[in-house]
Amino acid sequence: MNFRCYLVIAAAMLFGTAALAQSAAPAGDAGKGKQLFVADGCYQCHGYVGQGGGVAGPRLAPAPVAFDAFTSQLREPRNEMPPYTDKILSEKDAADIYAYLQTIPKPPAAKDIPLLNQ
Amino acid sequence: MAKPSRTGVDRRKFLKGAALAGAASLTAPPVAARAQSAAPAAGAAGATPMPNAQTAAAETGAAAHVRVLTQETCGSDFMVDCIKSLGIEYICSNPGSSFRSLQDSVITYGGNKSPEFIMCCHEESSVGMAHGYAKIEGKPCGVFAHGTVGLQHASMALYNAYCDRVPVWMVIGNGLDATKRRPGVEWLHTVQDACAMVRDFVKWDDTPASLQHFAESAVRAYKIATTPPMEPVVLVADGELQENSIPADEKPRIPKLPRTAPPQGDSGAVAEAARMLAAAENPVILADRCARTPAGIGLLVELAEALQAPVCDLGGRMNFPSRHPLNQSSRMRALVAQADVILGIEMTDFWGATNSFEDQIHRTSQSITKANVKRISLSAVDLYTKSNYQDFERFADVDLAITGDGEATLPALIEAVKRQIDPGRKAALDERGKKLAAAHKGALERTRADAAYGWEASPISTGRLCMEIWNQIKNEDWSMVSPTNGISGWPTRLWDMQKHYHHIGQSGGYGVGYAAPSSVGAALANRKHGRLTVAIQPDGDLMYAPGVLWTAAHHKIPMLAVMHNNRAYHQEMMHLQRMSNRRNRGVELASVGTAITGPNVDYAKLAQSMGWYATGPISDPKDLGPALQRAIEVVKRGEPALVDVVTQPR
Repeated sequence: MNFRCYLVIAAAMLFGTAALAQSAAPAGDAGKGKQLFVADGCYQCHGYVGQGGGVAGPRLAPAPVAFDAFTSQLREPRNEMPPYTDKILSEKDAADIYAYLQTIPKPPAAKDIPLLNQ
Repeated sequence: MAKPSRTGVDRRKFLKGAALAGAASLTAPPVAARAQSAAPAAGAAGATPMPNAQTAAAETGAAAHVRVLTQETCGSDFMVDCIKSLGIEYICSNPGSSFRSLQDSVITYGGNKSPEFIMCCHEESSVGMAHGYAKIEGKPCGVFAHGTVGLQHASMALYNAYCDRVPVWMVIGNGLDATKRRPGVEWLHTVQDACAMVRDFVKWDDTPASLQHFAESAVRAYKIATTPPMEPVVLVADGELQENSIPADEKPRIPKLPRTAPPQGDSGAVAEAARMLAAAENPVILADRCARTPAGIGLLVELAEALQAPVCDLGGRMNFPSRHPLNQSSRMRALVAQADVILGIEMTDFWGATNSFEDQIHRTSQSITKANVKRISLSAVDLYTKSNYQDFERFADVDLAITGDGEATLPALIEAVKRQIDPGRKAALDERGKKLAAAHKGALERTRADAAYGWEASPISTGRLCMEIWNQIKNEDWSMVSPTNGISGWPTRLWDMQKHYHHIGQSGGYGVGYAAPSSVGAALANRKHGRLTVAIQPDGDLMYAPGVLWTAAHHKIPMLAVMHNNRAYHQEMMHLQRMSNRRNRGVELASVGTAITGPNVDYAKLAQSMGWYATGPISDPKDLGPALQRAIEVVKRGEPALVDVVTQPR
């Protein structure tokens, strides 16, 4: 996959998730979700703390999109993200991963990081 | 090829003569048996001593096979004269018997200076080094290799250089005359048509049959390689031609290397392009391998400023200053989507820049441009397209294709554009420029904000990695020489890149194993300029041929290598994930055959074993800055240094 494709994924995910309806997330186990985030390969494109920001996948955390939008993108992703159907990722697992994403703290603002201001 | 009438007897003729003498001795009492009774027995036959040739000739008047053990001249000395005439500074090579004569001539006759023999541990490293060297120095580096086993090792690196439009001047050894080959390995290292296997991805090759032929082909090859589109070339140096004495009646001469003017676009087409660009409301300039030389950057800036048009640098070369207000690389898709005129300069994939493509089970694509957009291409690659390897990408809908070198055509295009812009138009363009400057500023701020996410994470984020490096080098005369696509392009997005050696692009053919040798080759070129060479080295790439680390230490090539150690061939891991999920099998096994774990590689120890200063693995971002600082102090002393950093995938 090349640079261009990654940009398409990122743009599509951001657009797609924003357009979907929101609903409350089911309770999830954040600790287990953190393990699943790695085991199920989410980190591969989005980074271990869901930071995205590169060209492989958009940012997922902190403050993830609404759970409905999250699962919609998982099940029937727009563009190039691999699909995570319920055969390989249960609703419970999705909720656990979502719970993990919700625990990820907000980073310091870029303006407060000297290395990002030079 | 040596002629029979020459004075003196060459090595191979001696061997042949000796064999013939031996064979003759089986059937008739040799003259030598009478004349040279004190001579030692020769070979397994034992009974037949070697003749004293002078005596034999005196007594019989027959042609003698003089056992000459030394020679005053050799063809390879003249070949070195040819190489010197081309100004080639280095020969990167793993030693090989098929060019032993050439190697000897370089290091003895030639004084091992211009060219200097750079010892490599793999032919892919040799060509990879030449690739990186050429992108810094703007001229070819030489490579020697076996015509068979060496060229096979080198072929992937040649393909990268070919796809990247980079000149490499390569000589391979061979032994065409079957009667002259030593039994055994020399047959295995000989081939009828040595260049056949790489002919699809080199620009030219030849098999010279005489020294004069070699001289002309050497200069011709250099000229062809360095005329845009630049590509690798290969010459075969036959073993006989290298090793035999130069016949007394041969006076080979070296032709003059011409100064070559690159092809320039047709003046009428350039004028038409200028009219289209000047009249456009939303033009976009896409530049991939536009800036061949340092001057190319300034020319592209001049064109962009004349038009107040956005430039999207696709990164095949350092084309446009990263912090110029008209640099809109991060907004390329949006700008292409709203453009009414798109100018693509030396594009690898114009179609890909103007279309979307979905890699799902049913692969689909669609244009992302407006229906009435006008596309202009400017490229020298139109002059040179081959069939077998499909690096030309999908055919793009282009309205005006200007065949000519991008950089060479820019001066004419700039002048033509300026003629189209009256004061009224200029005022409108200046307004456009102000909006673009604001957009550039906003994009930079967003990118910095993106890099803040995961700032404290371990493994270390690639954004943090790149900004820790930038913090250490920003006040130096630095040169970033490794590809940036595997690290989310952070350096091109966040570093202040202005000079042509601040970034030298990607591999060309995406053949893994490019980054390490090309970085060392680029560092070799940077050494005499006193630049601080920096490479962000992918772990899987280094595992291809890590011996190039030894080459850097052995030849005292200073550089800083910072490992992007994500412990995987991560691109392929993502592809496996795609396949597994598509089949509802999950991704648990995506690491099989892709992860470089179990054991984890200790890159610091690997580098130390080859003479580098090295430290790591570093996983805590707080440790990174000090480690880099210490390593740079070593590099400033003229040595290579490596910092192993365990990182996030991308």
